[in-house]
Order: sequence, then C-alpha cells, then structure tokens
Amino acid sequence: MEKFTTLVSKAIPLPIENIDTDQIIPARFLKATDKSGFGDNVFRDWRFDKSGAANTDFVLNSPTYSGSILIAGDNFGCGSSREHAAWALVGYGFKAIVSSFFADIFKGNALNNGLLPVQVSEKFLKVLMNAVQENPEVEIKIDLEMQVISIEGTDLFENFEIDPYKKTCMMNGYDDIDYLVSKKEKIEAYEALKI
Amino acid sequence: MKKTLFDKIWDAHVVDSIEKGPQVLYIDKHLIHEVTSPQAFNELKERGIPIFRPDQIVATADHNTPTIDQHLPVKDALSRNQLEQLSKNCKENGITLYELGHQYNGIVHVMAPELGITQPGMTMVCGDSHTSTHGAFGTIAFGIGTSQVAQVFASQCLLLKKPKSLRVTVNGTLKKGVLPKDVILYIISQIGTNAGTGYFCEYAGEVFENMSMEGRMTVCNMSIEMGARGGMIAPDETTFEYIKGRKFAPQGEDFDKKVAEWKTLPTDEGAIFDKEYTFDAADIAPMVTYGTNPGMGIKITENIPEQESVSFQKSLEYMDFKAGESLINKPINYVFIGSCTNSRIEDFRVAANFIKGKQKAANVTAWLVPGSKQVEAQIVEEGLKDIFENAGFQLRQPGCSACLAMNDDKIPKGEYCVSTSNRNFEGRQGQGARTILASPLVAAATAVEGKIIDITKHLN
Repeated sequence: MEKFTTLVSKAIPLPIENIDTDQIIPARFLKATDKSGFGDNVFRDWRFDKSGAANTDFVLNSPTYSGSILIAGDNFGCGSSREHAAWALVGYGFKAIVSSFFADIFKGNALNNGLLPVQVSEKFLKVLMNAVQENPEVEIKIDLEMQVISIEGTDLFENFEIDPYKKTCMMNGYDDIDYLVSKKEKIEAYEALKI
Repeated sequence: MKKTLFDKIWDAHVVDSIEKGPQVLYIDKHLIHEVTSPQAFNELKERGIPIFRPDQIVATADHNTPTIDQHLPVKDALSRNQLEQLSKNCKENGITLYELGHQYNGIVHVMAPELGITQPGMTMVCGDSHTSTHGAFGTIAFGIGTSQVAQVFASQCLLLKKPKSLRVTVNGTLKKGVLPKDVILYIISQIGTNAGTGYFCEYAGEVFENMSMEGRMTVCNMSIEMGARGGMIAPDETTFEYIKGRKFAPQGEDFDKKVAEWKTLPTDEGAIFDKEYTFDAADIAPMVTYGTNPGMGIKITENIPEQESVSFQKSLEYMDFKAGESLINKPINYVFIGSCTNSRIEDFRVAANFIKGKQKAANVTAWLVPGSKQVEAQIVEEGLKDIFENAGFQLRQPGCSACLAMNDDKIPKGEYCVSTSNRNFEGRQGQGARTILASPLVAAATAVEGKIIDITKHLN
C-alpha cells in the first residue's frame, strides 16, 4: 500500500449525495480476477452514454477540473461492499475523497487501499465545494499527520478525525494482514479456549 | 452490566485489543463467492501466507451465474473464468464449494441458513454487504471488502472498532397484505439511508417476534440500506425450530446443549442502546420506492413527495417521475421476484397464492428466480411451479440474477421493473433501468395486472 502523508492538489467537485458503489463501478465490470484496470470504468455510466460516447456534462470529462482529490456529497460510497469501487477510484488517480459522511464499508475499503476518506462538516464541505467551483485552479492541502484539510492561499481549514491505528497504517503504508498474522499465537489460544 | 444481544456475541469473540485502536475479532464462519474472493486468494498467494482455517469457509457461486441452462458451459468468457477461478482456489485450499449445479448451490445468504451453517451467537462475514441477512438468527454477520476477505483467510480474524448500538422496535399487529419487506422499506423511508451508519441494529418488538425466519432474513438483509453494517433479531423458539435437523446444525444432545446456550443471548432487560427508534405496526402499509435509493419509499397509496434538493431532482429525473404523482396505474413491463432479500420459499408461496387462477399480463416479462437449488426443489414439490406455469410464468434457475444484473438478466434502458430485490440505484438492474422496490405480493400483483395496483383493495 502506498504511504500517505501530505497531499496538495487541485480537486474535482461532485456535489451529489448518496453516491453508491454501483455508480462508482457498475456490477458488469466486476468480472476481473485482479485489481487492475478498474480506473477505466470509474463512474462509467455517468462518464459515458450507452454507445460509449463521453458525457460532456459530467465533471470528470470537463477540461476545467483536474486533481487527485474528489469532493463529493453526503453519504459517499453507500451500498455494495465491492472493494472494486476503491480500486476504481485509486486506478483513476484519486488519492483522497472528501465528503461530509462516508458509508462504513467503503471507508474501510478506501483506507485498506491508501485512499484517504476525509470527513468534514457539512458547512466546510460547502466551503470547499464553492471554492473549487469558483476557482478550479485552487489547491487543497490535506495534512494527515496534523489531521488538517485547508484551502491553499486562504486561512480556511478544518480538522478531521481518523482512527489512530488507521492513521499509522496510512502514513507507513502498512496493512492489517501482517498485524493479524503476527497475532497467530493469541488467535490459537482463543480457539483452544472457546471452540 | 446489562448487555445487548450484540454486546454478548461481540465480547465473546474479542481475541485482543489495540490500545485506543481496533479490536481483533474472531470470525466463526466465512462465506465466499466468485466476485469478491479472487483478489484475496491472489494476495495470500503472492505473500506466501496459507489459508488459516479452510474448514471455517464455505463457498458458493451466485453473483455471476446464468439463470437458464446451468448445465451448459457458461457463455460469457469473463464470467466463466471467474467461476473457474473460484473452483480452482477452493480445490487448492481445501474449501467446501457448492458450485453451479450442486444440490446446495444458491445465493450465499439463502444457501447458508437453509443448510444450518448460520447459527445464533456466531460471528459471520462475507464479501457482500447483504451478509447482514444472517443476523436474523441472532448472529453478528456483516459484509466486508476484499482486503478483509484476505485478512480472514490469513488469520480467521478482523481488526475492527466496536460499532455503536441501535434498536428499532415495532410493536402491534401488521395489517393484511403488509409483508416483512414492507416493514423494512417503511423503516428505511422513515429514518433514511445513513441513519444506521456506524451502528449495529437490533430489531425488537412483537412484529419481529411473530415473524417467520424467512421474514426476519428479509428485514435483516436490508439493514445495510439504512447504513447499518448489520441487523439482528434475538433467537427464540422460531429460530431453534428452523435450525433443528438442518444439515450442518448440531444434532441430538448437542443441539439441546446449544439451544440452552442460545437462550442466554437475548438483550438483557434494561440494557442501554446508543440510539432507539420505535414504530407502530398499524402505521405500516404495502410500500413501493419511487427514487434511486432505498430510503425513497412511500406507501403504495401515497403520492411522491416534493423536495428541493439537486440529488432528489436528479433521482426523479432518472426515474421519469414527477413530485406529487401516484404510482398506482403506472404501466410496468418487467417484474423480478428473487435476490437474497426475497427468494425464499415463503416469498414464492406469497406470489403463487396471488397468481393462482390468474394470468400474467401480456406486456410483462417476469423473472422468477429462486434463491437456491433447495428452494427451487421445494417450489416444484409444493406444486407452485405448476401454478406459475399455468399462469404464463417461467421459473428460472437460482442466482443473484437481475438484482445486480452481472449476468444476462438485465432490465432494458428506460424500462421500469417492480423488483423484490434490495437496491434501486441508478443502473443497478441494467444500464438506464428503473427499479421500483416492493414485496413479493406487490410484485406478483404487478405481473398479473401489467401495472402497479393498490394491493390493499385486492385482498380477499
């Protein structure tokens, strides 16, 4: 997993609420048996029409916006547990998603793939959304160590929460498998006692 | 201290705790399927880590399987490859697999309970968000991502922060024609799609106490649609009766011993929940959804509400509905009865009971997809198949089918589908398809009438 410390990037605004994982990656693209290539189909049915032509109204097709931060509406990532959604966002080039609320399973999947979910207040989400829409060149800074998200060139910022264990994992690029495997003896002792 | 059902099971499964961090939670049963497991198998292989407890894993093929001609090779090359990969991975690692055509094959959340794999007091996971279904047995069951599938493969454990507790109580008696599906659609329409995020939900009260296991599974199944990782119902005589004698259930004296243990699981009187909601059964009516998330539901007799938000407008635009209009008399060309929410024998009994002696409307394409081979066999045995066929319906073979439209069972662009599944997201049942979630009774009535009707006026 890639390390995440500080990110400074332009951002892409997607002010839609309840973006579910079926929108992020539709089920018909879940037939692969590896993790690569999902980025090509991220938001597939919003980005392209049925004939495969780019939908120019959709923000990812707009030449105005770019960057590795996605700013999205409330309850991002609800629905299916498919980790393919996180793989698709990472594959496309996103490193952080900012929203006022994340669905549980998606949040875990994102953290397990080095994609940082940054939960901000509804008020600050509006501030960010407006700032980016008014000036698509504006840069957003996410400092994981300090747990601060700020708008570069302004004094606008907000602190965000993250589980301390997950923060360490993100900052060092660790995942949970090594930790769990290192607990083998304790797990076996539990089994001997309980099962 | 007074404990909830959830606390009792969770606390009994904690192997270790990280200070100020997550806990190591032991997982009793791990269910897998073809779509969310291959990358996890690869991960372990690449890292040279063996599967820790293959005996505690059960696999089935369901998401990506055809629902006709299952005896023939799967036509779609990618789907075929994914299914072959599952068979290969299970064989190499000594994991029990009920593959396509096996007498126990079926949707993972239908197959495991009917085989007695799901039991009270267990922790269960699967790379599928509707794993919450198994909570109907008084089980901590929840969906996980593929990284977590790999973690359970490697250690039979997960690193998790204990979620908060939520209780939804519904007392009273349900009105005629109101099914478990209506109860859960009503709850979600009242509290919203993220009210449960960060919580594990217990359903309590007379309505759930009086519900069959099939009904309880329908309710717990959709817990994730209100954001809750899982939902659960206290085990009782209905639960024990259902489990008794099933293939993997404890037998004889072992069963009696287990029942005594299971009886200690229900929430202690006076235990405190972090959040509570209470509803009256009399307020619940047959439900339909009109939008693109499961919280956008109304009583079938109500009109679509008005709301200003951009997301709401976008949703109605996608559905081609207008605020203020009624769905009654909307012509419908597609009906789907199936999915891990409503594909159990009871669901087909309800549908057959309505359909008996009537005919399918000429404009309707209806897909009746049993949840498992065992459900399929029971449909035949109980004579329901004849009822369906005499009415012009065709019974398909088990699988997830048009719930997520990974296989060929796709609803065409722009068409409405009255569906007993769990999600009405944009494109969920096919690109551009428009889903209306409902109970098997409303779905059956729609298939017969070719339009949505006020079912409350058609109950004898």
